[in-house]
Amino acid sequence: MDTIFARASAQGKAGVALIRLSGPHAFGCAEQMVGFVPKPRVATLADLIGEDNQIIDQAIVVCFNAPHSFTGEDVVEFHVHGSTAIVNKLLKNINKFEFTRMAEPGEFTRRALENGKMDLAQVEGLADLIDAETEAQRLQAQRVLSGELGQRAERWRSWLIQASALLEATLDFADEDVPVDVTPEVRSLLSKTGHELDREAAGVSAAERLREGFEVAIIGAPNVGKSTLLNALAGREAAITSDIAGTTRDVIEVRMDLSGFPVTFLDTAGLRDTADAIEKIGIDRALARAESADMTVLLSQDGTFPSSAALRLDDIVIKSKCDLDPGSEGISGVTGAGIDDLVKKITDVLSGRMMKDNVATRERHQIALLKASNYLSIAIGVLERGPDHYELVAEELRSSITALDSLIGRVDVEMILDEIFSSFCLGK
Amino acid sequence: MKHFDVIVVGGGHAGCEAAAAAARLGAKTALITLRQADLGTMSCNPAIGGLGKGHLVREVDALDGIMGTAADQAGIQFRLLNRKKGPAVQGPRAQTDRDLYRSAIQKLITAQQNLQVIFGEAVDLIGSDTKVTGVRLRDETEIAAASVVLTTGTFLRGVIHIGDVSRPGGRMGDDPSVKLAERIDEFGLKLLRLKTGTPPRLDGRTINWENLERQPGDPDPVLFSFMSQGVTADQVPCAITHTNDKTHEIIRQNLERSAMYGGHIDGIGPRYCPSIEDKIVRFADKPSHQIFLEPEGLTTNTVYPNGISTSLPEAVQEDYVHSIVGLEHAKILQPGYAIEYDFVDPRALDAKLAVKGVDQLFLAGQINGTTGYEEASAQGLVAGLNAAALALERPEITFSRSDSYIGVMVDDLISRGVTEPYRMFTSRAEFRLSLRADNADQRLTPRGIELGCVTPKRKQSFEKKQKKLDDLTNHLQSDTYTPTQLSKASIRVTQDGSRRTLFQVLAFADVSFKDLCTLDPRLEAADEEISVQVARDALYSNYITRQQKDIEAIKRDEAQHIPEAFDYNSCEGLSAELKSKLIAARPRNLRQAQKVEGMTPAAIMLILAKLRQHKPKKTA
Repeated sequence: MDTIFARASAQGKAGVALIRLSGPHAFGCAEQMVGFVPKPRVATLADLIGEDNQIIDQAIVVCFNAPHSFTGEDVVEFHVHGSTAIVNKLLKNINKFEFTRMAEPGEFTRRALENGKMDLAQVEGLADLIDAETEAQRLQAQRVLSGELGQRAERWRSWLIQASALLEATLDFADEDVPVDVTPEVRSLLSKTGHELDREAAGVSAAERLREGFEVAIIGAPNVGKSTLLNALAGREAAITSDIAGTTRDVIEVRMDLSGFPVTFLDTAGLRDTADAIEKIGIDRALARAESADMTVLLSQDGTFPSSAALRLDDIVIKSKCDLDPGSEGISGVTGAGIDDLVKKITDVLSGRMMKDNVATRERHQIALLKASNYLSIAIGVLERGPDHYELVAEELRSSITALDSLIGRVDVEMILDEIFSSFCLGK
Repeated sequence: MKHFDVIVVGGGHAGCEAAAAAARLGAKTALITLRQADLGTMSCNPAIGGLGKGHLVREVDALDGIMGTAADQAGIQFRLLNRKKGPAVQGPRAQTDRDLYRSAIQKLITAQQNLQVIFGEAVDLIGSDTKVTGVRLRDETEIAAASVVLTTGTFLRGVIHIGDVSRPGGRMGDDPSVKLAERIDEFGLKLLRLKTGTPPRLDGRTINWENLERQPGDPDPVLFSFMSQGVTADQVPCAITHTNDKTHEIIRQNLERSAMYGGHIDGIGPRYCPSIEDKIVRFADKPSHQIFLEPEGLTTNTVYPNGISTSLPEAVQEDYVHSIVGLEHAKILQPGYAIEYDFVDPRALDAKLAVKGVDQLFLAGQINGTTGYEEASAQGLVAGLNAAALALERPEITFSRSDSYIGVMVDDLISRGVTEPYRMFTSRAEFRLSLRADNADQRLTPRGIELGCVTPKRKQSFEKKQKKLDDLTNHLQSDTYTPTQLSKASIRVTQDGSRRTLFQVLAFADVSFKDLCTLDPRLEAADEEISVQVARDALYSNYITRQQKDIEAIKRDEAQHIPEAFDYNSCEGLSAELKSKLIAARPRNLRQAQKVEGMTPAAIMLILAKLRQHKPKKTA
């Protein structure tokens, strides 16, 4: 097995740079450069000596012995001064050792996965965490990374295994002191599990939006101040504003961190009947984008709004240009009045859509969850036909468990037998 | 020196089946056992079959094995377990007469061509520590063979415990095989220890049957062998009684005197067949446990009280037995005892049940950590067939999890090992809906015909049946019917406009074959046996289609052989720990490799990639 190495901190000049080595020869390399193997898990200040016997840098060296490391292998971290020259020299020097090579992208994580330090969902969580730009994204990724999805899958699986064990006991121990009809207990286990699977699956769409960012479309009649609002939100002149109705023709997008939520605001063409072909295209686009956006903010100066705007329940309708109408409530992109309120309303709506504690965040998770839940619904249907058809219920459960397994890990029959043996007195 | 193709050591259920199978395949076979009387002895309860176990007997029979035929001849109470449930979980079971069973087995063994029974004690193996070439008997006679099957059951360093009294022994009245155990030590095989127990045997004449609940056999007995025509022995009922507070009190007070609880036994016992001591300790809140009083035969008065196996001292056994309703004056003919014995960690075996690293040596039965006559017999079949195939230089004969319970068992044993005596359950078979007792012949007899281990008579009878099944199935699949047509025949169906074959209709929960006859009167001519069987196939057909993908995946992985010389060290990316585990386990195919502890999907991909690299060079 190769020992792999790579720079773990970002490229470029910095105060400190981190170079990581992982694999069976990691400690050997450290010993050659430091002169000894630093005590594992103790930050050790040492001179790194290159093959030309010159000092490369004075560094903090930390060793992690397998399997107590990120990758599950022996790992060495060199914290050096973050100059390009030092980092290059060190990388070159490590590369000269036998059995070492540059890591492929993601290879440290892959080794962690292969060595059972993380499950697949955790790897996904780690990727999300590294990509996280906003607080809400960070929180969500942390939940996934903590292995919470794995723990939940374990819980669902344990309920399904319990249900299987009840069924299998009536099948495999027909001659013994086991209950004949276990329908009520099995039903309650299956519905409980099915309910949670559905709930988790339902949260995936919102969670996925959080990973990728929400879209909020600003629509309204021409010249109600949409572009001015966008600029006020963005804190810069992202859109051209003028008194001339129909100034914005195409959709203008501005991405920002809205109290932790990644939100892309869409400034759109004002909605009105028009003979101008280009303006018409812009209006159609505005309507299409508003429809596909996660939510819409409709601006209206006078309380009326264009009939072409189809609103959803939690879309926001707000009076614009309130600076022109002293004492009235609403917003003004010019004075900034009401902007904070609007931001709060928008983030309230978005966070309302998030399942509080959702940890399934990808389509892959959703597919597995829905598949598992679908088998459970069929199982519950067959269950109602009574104990004489339990072998079919058991089959549906097997399929459901397999679907859940694709989230992480696997189940096997020994677990079902264990459950049977711990619950019933068997042996005539 | 005498020469055989195959020597089988041990005349129990594994040994008899192994010898018969090897001989059927055409190998000149010797079966070595101490006494004539040992052949076909049932050392535990006099019953054969059950859930999972009945499946195994049917599969052994489908390949013309002897257990099913003998059990049918000896059966004195037949019951199809789970009769009301689906066919996949129905298991044939029979209470048997010990003497009838023994004599049926002996007759079958004697009548078997190519098979010679040698009476003597095999005390040692000859050959080297990497190859076995024969057997040495106590009288120093040496017998040579191209392959040797060991089926020594619980005789390896067996110790019998009754209370605090213990002595070496393989079965009540027999000596353990110490020398053989030492020889096995030399092969470097990992030996582990298990225990099992038996209840006291009672004198039926001293049981008060009057007030006990009777359990009769089925009115229409379902037999084991596809060739058997009917029941031959007289049928008798069993009776059921229960332990009570008083029984539990006696046992609780004497727990310290039990061999198991007194700390005399370290072996692990089966959870599904706990001793009465165990039941009372582990399930303390259960006020009573069921006991089946099973007659051991028609001409004996011995009764086997199934459910109270024990290792308590004799006097305590007397006391608690007498506390039970119906047994107040029961006389104990032979006290219950626990037995501890060595078994070989079956992970040392391959799918042929051959010992890895020791050429020409096969192990079958309890020596591999299993329990039960049926499990032993099925392993005997696998080891016997392969011992013969090796001697006759024919290709190996292995079974898959997707084709049989035999395949499930062998795979479980060799890839997981055992932590308690291994017993078959239907829940162990992930393809349970297709691996049924009723279709064991459809699954395996064609294979037996191809191998040549099936008599012409069975071949003929099977082919006739299979043709009828095919004809009827084809007939049912030939025409399609609209929902309206089906509704007219009072078949409830969704009016979705899609046409269905009668085979599809037969899969509906509430449709019987008779209902189809109104749609197509020609069906009335079908044999009942055939129509019932086709209905069973139809019932699960949707599920079986769904499983087909999994089955194909397994078959593909099983077909991906890993050469014995495969160099895991050259596998870039495998952790050192995994490498050493793989080198120790020596999996023979990709599926077995997947079961190595700690295996990850990524690691499997690495091995597969390496295997693909090897491929062009290996065209054999």
